[in-house]
Amino acid sequence: MNDLKWTRKDLLGLRDLSKEEIALILETAKSFQEISLRPVKKVPALRGKTVANLFFEPSTRTRISFELAEKRLSADSLHVTASTSSMVKGETLKDTARNIESLKVDVVVMRHPSSGAPHRLADQLKASVINAGDGINEHPTQALIDMFTILEKKEKIKGVKVTFVGDILHSRVARSNIWGLTKLGAEVTVCGPRTLLPPHVERLGVQVTTDLKEAVKSADVINLLRIQLERQKESFFPSIREYATAYQINRDILKNAKGDVLIMHPGPVNRGIEITSEVVDGPSSVILDQVTNGLAVRMAVLYLLSGSAHEGEKEE
Amino acid sequence: MNLLIRGAHILDPQNKRDGIFDLLVRKGKIASIQANLRAENKETEILDAQGLHLLPGLIDLHTHFREPGYEAKETILTGSRAALKGGFVASVSMPNTMPPCDHQGVIDNIIRKAREVPYHIFPAGTISKGREGKELSEMADLKQAGILAVTDDGDWVSDSLLMRRALEYASMLNLIVMSHCEDKRLSANGVMNEGLSSTRLGLRGIPSASEEIAVARDIELARLTGARLHLCHISTARSVELIRRAKTEGIQVTAEVTPHHLALTDESVEGYNTCFKMNPPLRSAEDAAALRKALREGVIDCVATDHAPHSEEDKMSEFDESPFGVIGLETALATLLTELFHKEKWPLAEIVRITSIRPKEILGLGNEFGTIEEGAEANLTLVDLGKEWTATLDTFESKSKNSCFIHSKFKGKVAATLCAGKLWKF
Repeated sequence: MNDLKWTRKDLLGLRDLSKEEIALILETAKSFQEISLRPVKKVPALRGKTVANLFFEPSTRTRISFELAEKRLSADSLHVTASTSSMVKGETLKDTARNIESLKVDVVVMRHPSSGAPHRLADQLKASVINAGDGINEHPTQALIDMFTILEKKEKIKGVKVTFVGDILHSRVARSNIWGLTKLGAEVTVCGPRTLLPPHVERLGVQVTTDLKEAVKSADVINLLRIQLERQKESFFPSIREYATAYQINRDILKNAKGDVLIMHPGPVNRGIEITSEVVDGPSSVILDQVTNGLAVRMAVLYLLSGSAHEGEKEE
Repeated sequence: MNLLIRGAHILDPQNKRDGIFDLLVRKGKIASIQANLRAENKETEILDAQGLHLLPGLIDLHTHFREPGYEAKETILTGSRAALKGGFVASVSMPNTMPPCDHQGVIDNIIRKAREVPYHIFPAGTISKGREGKELSEMADLKQAGILAVTDDGDWVSDSLLMRRALEYASMLNLIVMSHCEDKRLSANGVMNEGLSSTRLGLRGIPSASEEIAVARDIELARLTGARLHLCHISTARSVELIRRAKTEGIQVTAEVTPHHLALTDESVEGYNTCFKMNPPLRSAEDAAALRKALREGVIDCVATDHAPHSEEDKMSEFDESPFGVIGLETALATLLTELFHKEKWPLAEIVRITSIRPKEILGLGNEFGTIEEGAEANLTLVDLGKEWTATLDTFESKSKNSCFIHSKFKGKVAATLCAGKLWKF
């Protein structure tokens, strides 16, 4: 068991975290998992704490997952989205920060289209900041969910072979997973067309291939990334049809994979494009387990960052 | 009023003067340079310069003064004060003002306001009307108003035919064509150098090739037309090789590099501080090393600041949203002295060459610049080579504080500047 104590104010990305800190979050998440199975799915851990969810970019899954995690921890939460509020329109990040500070919020959960925006906000705030996805940079809670799910199903992360398929270049999920998984000793492969692989990605300690068959062959886990249809217009690939021909995970391609391979997807899924329905709904898919685990992981992160863990210790 | 500068170590490589002298300025001109000069009368102000070096004044080929149009960022007065504090006596001002410098009136206005300071500004006119890259501006008219160069700085003239005509037309008028080399289509929505750092930080990259393609095309057009071409703020090792080859082949090309591209790399972007966002972006350590070598060898001719003020409001936004550009006038010489003179043991004469002599030659200026001669207007920089200091927000006379050198430690500082015979101490 990890005897490390959480000391960080913010969770901005897995790039900054140590192996031990990641392990601590995953262990904490394990202890929160059972709450969602109770008849009364609520604990008072964050009672009296205020969490602001600032979504400067559309999001359904991440937003509702955080909201529900906050509710189950008895936090008071407020929700601001770019489309519904004048608070964020045309306002500088600095003013947003000052407003939040004035409302005496304890934790800010932020999704933002610009990489690094939560980092800048965190610099200016006493409140904790949780990055719920910044530009093409990181989505740390999603990666923690993916790692938690691997741990749950494979009982380890070290040595597990994880392959990411799709638009690696624009994927904050892939980037956070690469940082986290490599720190915990997993063997990571990224696979996609050359146009969608980040420059020098191999120097992050991952294997790189453009050949899907090769990529799935020895994988224990295949984590699929949503392909954004707009990318075709920017010439990243010639057509959805050609993309799907080369990079779709379907029953045929899985004949090359191990029998116990896990199929993961951070959602939302483009059925019939990056993955076929038969695989989404098939026995290898743990996509819905990821969603369920999302609650436990986000509860753990909120709990650790809100300082409740420390306050509890003081009382002892 | 007269000024007697006593006991300065005068370094004037053009006249092979390198030793301790007194220098008398009378009515703005250098009246005498000798050992042991006496004050002519009580009115003569005496400046004790023992232990200081007196150099030909610095000339910046690339300053954004922002006036007219963006006075919240900088004005000719505040920009000139920043320049004077940094040891500069002259600047080529960039024409991306509002309205842009494509008419005589705009040029007249800039020159008049600079004279009031007084500071020497040689405005660059635009290559194309409205900087739109479509039709040539009235260059002959602009030349009459006082421009020495044309550029659409910030935007590369991507139309090769228009650029060919611009080079031909400008060369007829003996105007220098300055080019901001960047294939914007290739830069796409990049915000920093494309490389390991951009991948690590999750920021979109600008590949080196977006500059190099433009450098290569412009060199080929200079070859075709025989015109003089000046390449602005070169940032990559491959660009250096293209320029080296062009010079070997006798093409009339010159080039500048900024202090920040010599001193910093793309790893500085860590932390998403928008004061490290500029165009061209900070590149790799290999690029920075190649730029230093090229500067020493003369492949790159000189240093220019690309002083690009942006207000706090502009720079406080997210990294993706923030405008490109950093200020540089007040830290340029200190950066060069720290990085090149002290750390890499360059001779001081080489620093003079890249900050004063070559810019003077490129612009074709008279002997009031680039040298220290009796009879010429006094445009001089007095430097304390050993002075150690740290840049802070209070360092800047510039209206904007978007410096990538805040908190940097320097060795070497400007002690005073004489511009058009007037003494400035900050």
